[in-house]
Amino acid sequence: MDLNLLNQTLRDERQVKAEIEKIRRILTRPWVLMEICGGQTHAIMQSGLDQLLPAEIELVHGPGCPVCVTPLELIDKALAIAARPEVIFCSFGDMLRVPGSNRDLFSLRASGADVRVVYSPLDAVKIAQQNPQREVVFFAIGFETTAPPNAMSVLQAKALGLKNYSVLVSQVLVPPAMHAILSAPQNRVQGFLLAGHVCTVMGYQDYLPIAEQYYVPMAVTGFEPLDLVRGIYSVVTMLENNEVRVENAYARVVKPEGNPAAQAIIQRVFQPVDRNWRGIGRIPHSGWGLRPEFSEFDAELRFDVGSIQTHESPLCIAGQILQGLKKPFNCTAFGDPCTPQNPLGAPMVSAEGACAAYYRFARTNSTGMG
Amino acid sequence: MPDSSFPAMQGPVCPLPLKHDDQIILGHGSGGRLTHDLIKNIFLPYLSSPPLLQADDFARLNKPDGEVIISTDCHIVSPLFFPGGDIGRLAVCGTVNDIAVSGAQPLYLTAGFILEEGLPIHTLVRILESMRAAAHEAGIQIVAGDTKVVEKGKADGVFITTTGLGFLPQGRTINGHQAQPGDVILVSGSVGDHGIAVLAERGELGFSTQIQSDVAPLNGLIQELLAAAPHTHVLRDPTRGGLATTLNEIAAQSQVGMLLHENAIPIQPAVRAACEMLGFDPLYIANEGKVIAIVPPQEAEAALQAMRRHPYGNLASRIGEVTSDFNGRVLLKTSIGATRVLDMLAGEILPRIC
Repeated sequence: MDLNLLNQTLRDERQVKAEIEKIRRILTRPWVLMEICGGQTHAIMQSGLDQLLPAEIELVHGPGCPVCVTPLELIDKALAIAARPEVIFCSFGDMLRVPGSNRDLFSLRASGADVRVVYSPLDAVKIAQQNPQREVVFFAIGFETTAPPNAMSVLQAKALGLKNYSVLVSQVLVPPAMHAILSAPQNRVQGFLLAGHVCTVMGYQDYLPIAEQYYVPMAVTGFEPLDLVRGIYSVVTMLENNEVRVENAYARVVKPEGNPAAQAIIQRVFQPVDRNWRGIGRIPHSGWGLRPEFSEFDAELRFDVGSIQTHESPLCIAGQILQGLKKPFNCTAFGDPCTPQNPLGAPMVSAEGACAAYYRFARTNSTGMG
Repeated sequence: MPDSSFPAMQGPVCPLPLKHDDQIILGHGSGGRLTHDLIKNIFLPYLSSPPLLQADDFARLNKPDGEVIISTDCHIVSPLFFPGGDIGRLAVCGTVNDIAVSGAQPLYLTAGFILEEGLPIHTLVRILESMRAAAHEAGIQIVAGDTKVVEKGKADGVFITTTGLGFLPQGRTINGHQAQPGDVILVSGSVGDHGIAVLAERGELGFSTQIQSDVAPLNGLIQELLAAAPHTHVLRDPTRGGLATTLNEIAAQSQVGMLLHENAIPIQPAVRAACEMLGFDPLYIANEGKVIAIVPPQEAEAALQAMRRHPYGNLASRIGEVTSDFNGRVLLKTSIGATRVLDMLAGEILPRIC
């Protein structure tokens, strides 16, 4: 589509406000909704949608930012691998600024490590082909959305017979995180906006059992302001009618079954594993790791960094923020000393992180200004 | 008739030194014969001006009336050539624009070159041709220069530092401290073109685009703007950090707030598309041929029309107002009618993951 049309369609003030008015008309009481995906948090804050919604709708920001939930020990492993002279360490840009225990990939690069930003893991495979005498490691982080290309890079490396390519895997999954949030005794979330991109890959059939088990309605939701409002309207309608379903408010992109070809690639390369989530802790079967037949591509085995263990800054309340228990403003470190330039925790790093989104777009509340 | 019984007399012959006229070698920076030849044969044909042709270590210049404006800028860009420009044009325009936003007319430029060993001479010539063309367009003389050569791997082809001199008419005060509540904020055209053009040329987008860098000397446009709006308060070119960062700097300097209207900010469709795909915000992408003008409301329309009449300003737009609220902050009225903070760029621009 012509992106200049966005401002006249999915970002159009009149249409968005009309949809919000529909929500206002059916509201009878306050509701707490969680948007799972960091991309949605970013979009909400960037468009200022949170200010236009009725006060009864509280949006809490979920753990769906892959940068934010990647555990500290994995960052430390990345730093240990990237510091090796034979390694070209490739990563999505956001990961470079995430603080490990002592430093980040940016400062490691400044002191001479070969750390490169790539836009796709397939670029890292190309780098491995071009540098046969070097070890090329890709930091394979992300939710279900990044899993197909990350898996594809392993398949490609295998097909090419590359012996110098490996992946440091930190793949995590949405449904187990939702279980963790919903089963916590202090949970406040009453409805979910499901991550549109994740559902594009995986479909949304897996969510109905969760919705029914915890009695929370959900809507598959997109990323433009109008998409988000439609998702919210869908969930609020179910809440007000005391119904529990999984609705698709992003049908122009998402199919119920998802993308079977992408799922097949994931299944070939990855298998379910327990994963640590930064700020949340260990969640069983909450991620993917390489299947044994691909263990030759496992950077953790290749570089023997399995024993690295670390812990977080005591000031940072990232865990509570990622579970929707607290807002960034509730953190004593927010804005001072914790800023995007000097992040104490991961949610302040990524543009998708709740703290960074608040810092960039919404400091009006914390300063009492307009 | 040659007598074939005599072998041709060759005699002892020293091998002639290679001519090294195809690439830069360390000797080009030695200060000796090679340096002189480089300057005489390569630089001067392109960058000649009366002071340069004097071949002294200094330039002696006439000074018109008014205050002196001086500015220095270092230029590094990879790749050296990109759609719409190159490091030579950038080096001239960057400094010309820094002088021009003071309201002064830039007149003289000096240029320092750091050349990397192995740089092809024809590459250097293309850069010098481009500098000549940009200097001609801007109406300035390049009056002094220096060249050093560093070992291969110690620089990225060419680095160019330029220093510009301009003269400011008496009584004109245009700087970042002058913005006043009620002023109107104008921008001379679409934002983000340069940064995206360079990224695309690096092959970092993963797709090709038709985006051209906007690198251009703005002194002509600015002089016409000032003729139409003589009480202009602030002019600044939003280079690194983009429109958002530059406006934040001005808001902080002037101790005022600003309110921008997202829908009014001109962005080319291809730039918007590239930014959407990569998770960049075009308001933080570098420009090299745009100027922000902050003018009193009664001169806003005249300023806008003056910019639009100029070839580099045909997409000029009114994008916001200076306010007495939100001191030191820039706020953005988003396309859906909400208002949010538009902060400075924090660190490097990083693509989002999903």
